[in-house]
Amino acid sequence: MVENKITIENLSLQYSDGTESLRDVSMDIRQNAVTVLFGPAGGGKSTLLRCLNRLNDLTEVKASSGQILIDGENILDPKIDVVALRRKVGMVFARPVPLPMSIRENVIYGLDLAGEKRKSKLDEAVERSLKLAAIWDEVKDRLNDPAIALSGGQQQRVCLARVLALQPEIILLDEPTSGLDPISTGKVEAALLELKKEYTVILVPHSVQQAARTADYAAFFLTGELIEYGEGKSLFTVPKQKKTEDYIMGRFG
Amino acid sequence: MMKFLSRNRHTVQRLGFSLITLMAVATVIPIVGTVIFILFKGGSAISLEFLSGFPRDGMREGGILPAIIGTLYLTIGTAIFSVPLGIAAAIYLSEYAKDNQVTRLIRLAIINLAGIPSVVYGLFGLGLFVLFLQFGTSILAASLTLSIMTLPVIISTAEEALRSVPQSFRTVSISLGATRWQTIRRIVLKEALPGILTGVILGLERAAGETAPILFTGAAFFLPRLPGSPFDATMALPYHLFVISTQVPEMPIQIQYGTALVLLAFVLTMNVIATVIRSRARARRQW
Repeated sequence: MVENKITIENLSLQYSDGTESLRDVSMDIRQNAVTVLFGPAGGGKSTLLRCLNRLNDLTEVKASSGQILIDGENILDPKIDVVALRRKVGMVFARPVPLPMSIRENVIYGLDLAGEKRKSKLDEAVERSLKLAAIWDEVKDRLNDPAIALSGGQQQRVCLARVLALQPEIILLDEPTSGLDPISTGKVEAALLELKKEYTVILVPHSVQQAARTADYAAFFLTGELIEYGEGKSLFTVPKQKKTEDYIMGRFG
Repeated sequence: MMKFLSRNRHTVQRLGFSLITLMAVATVIPIVGTVIFILFKGGSAISLEFLSGFPRDGMREGGILPAIIGTLYLTIGTAIFSVPLGIAAAIYLSEYAKDNQVTRLIRLAIINLAGIPSVVYGLFGLGLFVLFLQFGTSILAASLTLSIMTLPVIISTAEEALRSVPQSFRTVSISLGATRWQTIRRIVLKEALPGILTGVILGLERAAGETAPILFTGAAFFLPRLPGSPFDATMALPYHLFVISTQVPEMPIQIQYGTALVLLAFVLTMNVIATVIRSRARARRQW
């Protein structure tokens, strides 16, 4: 039985500088699946991701309306606890951004902020999340080295582990492999497939191919509008909308 | 002539580079010259007695200990007021302030504060701290006056240091459930600290060498003992130098240059510390 983890209702958003925005987007996002948001740049995919953990609070937003329900709670409500929300909804960014500290400190950063000080718990979280992100074997002997010393692909998996350490329920990935070589990309994608068993994964892929490879469900965004949304298998083989088909076939991009 | 120049591009280039190099080297001459000159003239005055004794015989003999200690007190006093205030203001401007009228007003105030001649600070300090607040001619009044003068330097360098910390660190930290303040404390301040320290030291160094602001607010011509509380006046190196150079007849010249040498050493030491902090932090930086 698939359940809806997130319900987005009539979400519209406009930035103060008039750039990328969302127009009346409504969609349900299933639990324990990889949902892919794809489409050309400026379509609103990243904006939508940044709504889901309220990271848009850091950006100047001119107007927004609609609501986002996670487990039935409207997270756009100004009164909700955003810190708790961001622990529940983790995010991996396009470029790996290791914080200027060791690998271990990077992974426990969120837990430490949340008040977890017990070394045994922290050690456990470090090992568990690094394993889950498929990077444990590569870094287990140098956890106290600066994270910046790792390669780009390794950094990105440490960033993923850093999110996983908080045991979130939803993981947002904004083109997480855009700066990585094909081998590293493969490792990250493999980790994602593993993750969906426990988490709800929402991915903005960096190519249509990656979208097709990873999507359980796929949503096609064009200039802020949700054009088509459905199961990945059917959407990428028999798209219902002409625009979706054109984009998948590479007629524009 | 123009034809000649265009045909000999490489000659022209070499000529240009030589000229530019010469100008760059020229900027070194004043500082090196000053140091050598003062070292040469005042070096012979430096002795244990000079550094640790009191002035005697109308300041024509003995040491300059009270002036050294006084400048130390004034620098520490200035640091106590200007460092926390300056850093707090920089954090506000860099991390919290929105671009609105109030912020613009604050920035305008800081820029103008930096442009005020130091003697005007002295008069202002006299009016506010010495007379109105009745601190008297004291270390306290002088330190506060120097603090106001130092603030713009500390604020602008600290703000610069905070702004140079990549925005992505803040975004990532927030996305991992940090509050804005946790992000500032754990990431931004930590990374900006070397830059902030450099600014602090440069600001304090300027304060240590100033005469005009302490002239009416805390400096004493001559005191037979060291100041015992913040409400006492104090001797200070720059003012002492001014006094022995202009107010005392038949002043031995090596004492004047000896005093100048001590002041120069004090200021240059702070400069070196700032440089060391900066270069070591740059080597350690992870971004």
